[in-house]
Amino acid sequence: MTNLFNYIDRPSPIHRLTGACKLVCLITWSLAAMTSFYTPLLCVLTVAALILFRVARLRLKDISFMVGIMLVYILMNNVLIFLFSPTHGTTLYGTQTVLFRIAGPYVVTAEQLFYHFNVILKNACTIPIVLLFVCTTNPSEFAASLNRIGVSYRVSYAVALALRYIPDIQREFRDISLAQQARGTEMSKKASLVSRLKAASSILIPLILSSMERIETISNAMELRGFGKGKKRTWYSGRRFSKLDLLAMAVCVGLMLLSLALTYFNGGRYYNPFV
Amino acid sequence: MKKFSVKTIVAIGIGAALFFVLGRFVAIPSPVPNTSISVQYGLLAFLSVVYGPVAGALVGFIGHTLIDFSYGWGIWWSWVIASAVFGLLMGLSAKVLKMDEADMGKKGLIKFNLAQVVCHLICWFAVAPVLDVYMMGEPWDKLLAQGLMAGVANAVTTAIVGSLLCVAYAATKTKAGSLTKE
Repeated sequence: MTNLFNYIDRPSPIHRLTGACKLVCLITWSLAAMTSFYTPLLCVLTVAALILFRVARLRLKDISFMVGIMLVYILMNNVLIFLFSPTHGTTLYGTQTVLFRIAGPYVVTAEQLFYHFNVILKNACTIPIVLLFVCTTNPSEFAASLNRIGVSYRVSYAVALALRYIPDIQREFRDISLAQQARGTEMSKKASLVSRLKAASSILIPLILSSMERIETISNAMELRGFGKGKKRTWYSGRRFSKLDLLAMAVCVGLMLLSLALTYFNGGRYYNPFV
Repeated sequence: MKKFSVKTIVAIGIGAALFFVLGRFVAIPSPVPNTSISVQYGLLAFLSVVYGPVAGALVGFIGHTLIDFSYGWGIWWSWVIASAVFGLLMGLSAKVLKMDEADMGKKGLIKFNLAQVVCHLICWFAVAPVLDVYMMGEPWDKLLAQGLMAGVANAVTTAIVGSLLCVAYAATKTKAGSLTKE
């Protein structure tokens, strides 16, 4: 099956970190970026994310497709924000510095532009980290890492099962889809919307009913092997934390605390250069 | 933490895999350019009714996270959480309304559709925008417009796909008292 999760195997310090460590870093980093609107911190995070990208030896062409989608998304998001509330920045920062007027309520203010800059920065400092995680973490390490950071092993095992059965279900989906198309099901633009939805159902019903049977089979097999009887379980791809892992986690947790502290001591989430 | 039965765990795993495959590969082109209709919410509603609220929530959470991961455009936690809440609410309403997935008559289908419309409204009009306002600090009007599009599209596909699934599933189950004496 093709590489669904864009994992790129390449020797680098980031690849050598354990999955659990990268997961902790991803979560704390996203939290840090989410809570804060403190512009200098967001700038630092963005630059740091780009440096980490170099360290992981990822090339632009590995991820050009995803970067493309991302840029389109960021652009559309900003256009939408401006269309719906062109004065959001003014309400946030409390002042109004008009740069020029377009028409009617559409006024370009310095506050609004600064707000857009912050929104873009927020995206720019989280998205590279998610990309980094996706490209450098082996999917089979996911479940083990979840269990390592404290998620119950039953839930972790559900994630492992999902990853294991995605290719199977994909194959089955293709088989059923081809069989139905041979029988004359039309799913392309030629058919009307309602008949397209009906056509999708003629594939979904066999797919889902056969998956329900699969659920029975697998749960019987697991029960026979005594799954869920012990308090713990071991993982084939689980690894111990190294010194580098601990350091990376400490830095990321530190960033999150810094972000929270800035929000707290600054008396608000927004860094305001206008007052 | 409450212990899950093995069957629930497997249902979560396979359900998330199905959610992923449907969300990632079954994109039905819609009349609006660059948007496709996501059929996975019909599946999620159905699975939540059959396997309960916890399974529904986790299927939505894991499945949606994996979709975001595989596209690599960043994880939109607010929308992932909204998917999870949808599964949870659907499972709960199935319990409250006493839906019986093995015997879905007209009454059952009406209950199912009422519940799913209300749950979609809560998720895309309340949960997702509130989280987005808090996490990303985006303006309300824009988020409500996005939520309106997503919510209506999801409710329509759930009504069609989910109801069909319920009927098809009920047909495979033997009903109580289905034997007749000759």
